[in-house]
Parts: sequence; structure tokens; C-alpha cells
Amino acid sequence: MTEAITYAYAVAQDAEGSLEEALSGLPGVADGPVHLVRAGHRGEVVVAVGPVPEQDFEENALRAHLEDLDWLESVARAHHRVIEALAARTTVLPLRLATVYLDDERVRQMLDARQEAFAERLSVLAAHTEWGVKIYVEAPAATDRPAAPPSDADLSPGRAYLSHRKAQRHAREDAYREAEQVAQRVEAAARSYAVDRVQHRVQQGELARGPGENVINDAYLVPLEYGESFRADVLRSAEGLPGVRVEVTGPWAPYSFATPPEAEPLKRAAP
Amino acid sequence: MGDYPSRAGPYSGQGSSANLADILERVLDKGIVIAGDIQINLLDIELLTIKLRLLIASVDKAKEMGIDWWEHDPSLSSRASEGSRSLREENRRLRAEIEALREGEELPRAEDEEEDEDVYEEANEEADEEEAPPAAARRPSHTSRTSRPARTARTKRAEPGPRRKRRDEP
Repeated sequence: MTEAITYAYAVAQDAEGSLEEALSGLPGVADGPVHLVRAGHRGEVVVAVGPVPEQDFEENALRAHLEDLDWLESVARAHHRVIEALAARTTVLPLRLATVYLDDERVRQMLDARQEAFAERLSVLAAHTEWGVKIYVEAPAATDRPAAPPSDADLSPGRAYLSHRKAQRHAREDAYREAEQVAQRVEAAARSYAVDRVQHRVQQGELARGPGENVINDAYLVPLEYGESFRADVLRSAEGLPGVRVEVTGPWAPYSFATPPEAEPLKRAAP
Repeated sequence: MGDYPSRAGPYSGQGSSANLADILERVLDKGIVIAGDIQINLLDIELLTIKLRLLIASVDKAKEMGIDWWEHDPSLSSRASEGSRSLREENRRLRAEIEALREGEELPRAEDEEEDEDVYEEANEEADEEEAPPAAARRPSHTSRTSRPARTARTKRAEPGPRRKRRDEP
């Protein structure tokens, strides 16, 4: 039997004291249970934590594990699952993956030291959710285009090829131009609901493989009551432009807004 | 808090069905960073995030350049390659002009300029050659490192410099 250490998922507001119940039976990272750590006796700000095996989360092991996509995926999904469960009930500040403490007491000390800052951010984010908006250009690929049109019959093969290439290139350019239009419309639509926005890097790697090329990857902070209108309006922005696809994901817990924009890099917990 | 009744509904949509790239993007790159006791410290996480970007999001350009970044990427648009070439040229020209204006304040005399030009030519061919260059020559030897088109811009500069001076003193 190995020692357990404490994995911290998120900071949350527990005004009604009902969160503990929401977490019961929910499998966390490494299938461990999840519970709350409170500061002092009357804190409404809590940290969701759970035991994880030390052998998997001590420094070297963790570093090695994080390179393992399967391991990483299971931890990431468990982390996300807990945060979603909390977000369904209350306001949360997700912590970054793999924030690990020696024991619950150390988490409590951290919470004591930062309680006010947490409470402040929680009140800003209360009753807001995050929505992801991605725009994809589905530029026609070479294989998507029909064979040379009949008018090309007169042309030599070389010219036919070139004119074909030219047509392809124009189609691509059109698609990018349309994407730009859509981006403007999306932004206008989104701004009428959102209170904040962050721009993420576009997704381009192996995991992001899908139809089209991601050219915009933003997150918006939207008041809870406007969520569905936000989604509908943003999706409507791409209508009529077939080369461009808009994808809306959410609602998310406010991952992208948990740290206030102008926050100083890292305040160490006071000793 | 009473104002969350509608939450359960919308939230059920995300959960386990969410795309892994979207989840990793958020759990690794967003959220609050607090140094825990087990120090996979910030640096490690940064490194990791960089590695993962190879999987998730290897290009930072959208953020840096705004929504029209692909306009400037020659691999994405032929128009862009022309555009960026002329942009590059314009950039060079503007730099040279700024340089010229700056020098115009300090030390431009038509003769100096010519000397300048000569040294520049040499420096351009054998940048290492110069020993104890005259003060005026020092600057060009820096410029020589940029690239040739700068030279044409510099040649132009010889005229506007003095003329501007004259305009300033009616």
C-alpha cells in the first residue's frame, strides 16, 4: 500500500455547504474520492481535493507520466470531470492540472493565505460561464475539386494543370476571406453578450485533426442567462458561407478566466 | 446560491464527451497556477505545455497577429507572399528612412554621406575587415549586417537628409 498525497482540483464557492454531497461517489484522478478542504471554520471558499498515490505523483514519476498521452488523458478527464461537477453547482476557479500537495493540511495553509483573492475572483465569475468559439476554414483540398472542366479541353495538359491550380488557389483565398468576415461577425455577435474574451492559440496539432483548419480559437465569458442566445447567435454568423465552419463549445467552467488578466505572475503563499 | 437552477441542463452537454484537445488546452494551459508541494514546477509545466502544443496547437500566430494572420503567411496564400514581400521591402525602406532622419539630426553632411557609402560598400563585402573605423563608418558596418536592399535605401537617404534640413530652416 503506497502513501497517498493530495491532489487539488479547484477552488470553489460553497455558500450552501452542499458541495460535499455533489462530490460524493464521483471518481477523481486515479479513481480516488474527492472531498473539500475548508479554511478555518466558517470559510465559504473551499478547495476540492482528493488522495492520489504518491508513487505516481512524486516529482520524477509525474514528469515521466505527463509525457504519456494515455495517462495524461485519463488524469485530464478526471480533473475536468470534478471541475464540471463543481461548476454545475457553483462558481469554481479551476487549478491547473497536477497541482499536488503533501497532505490536506498543506492545502488548508495555501487556502488560508489566498482566501481573499480567491473570494474576489469567485465573485467576479459568479453566474458566468465560458464558451469556446472556434472558426475553421474548410478550404477545398486538391482532391475535392472535380476533374478539369470541359472548357479546359483545348488547353495543353500543362496549361490545364496550371489553370486548375489557379482555380484552387482562388478558392482557398476566397475561403480565407470569408473566414475573416465570419470572424468579424462572430466577434460582433459575441460581444453583445460576453463580458470578457481571451484568444487561445489555434489548434493545429495531431489532436486537433478534423475537417478544416482552425483559424480562430477564442473563449468568451458570458453571463449564465445569455448562454444559449450566445451560442445561437454566434453559430448564425457563419450562415451562407460554406467554406467556413464555426464551432461553439461549452458551457465550460471559467478555465480561461480563473486568473484575473492583470494578475501578478505568482504570489507565493505567505509563510 | 439560488441562481443556478438552469445550470445542470447546459452543463450536461460538456463532460466526458468534450474533445480531448479542448480539455487539455484548458487543464494544462489555463486555470490557476499555484505551486504545490510536489514541484512539477512552473518551468516544467511550461515545457510540457510547449511539447503538447505540438499535439494541440503549434502556432501562436492568431494570438499575435489578430484574426488576419493567414493573410501574412506565404504558405497559405499566394497573395500573402506578394504582400509580405512588399511589406518586407516597405519595412526596410521605412527603417532606412528613420535611420536617415535620426542621423539627419546629428551628423549628415553631403560629403560624409558619400564617405559613408564607400565604407559601407566595403563593409558589406568584408564585414570583419575594418579596424578602428572612423566614427562615421561605425554605423554603416552595423547596417551591413541586415541586407542589401538597405543599401539602396541608404543611397536615397543622402538626398532627403540635407534637403530636409534646409526645409527646417527657412
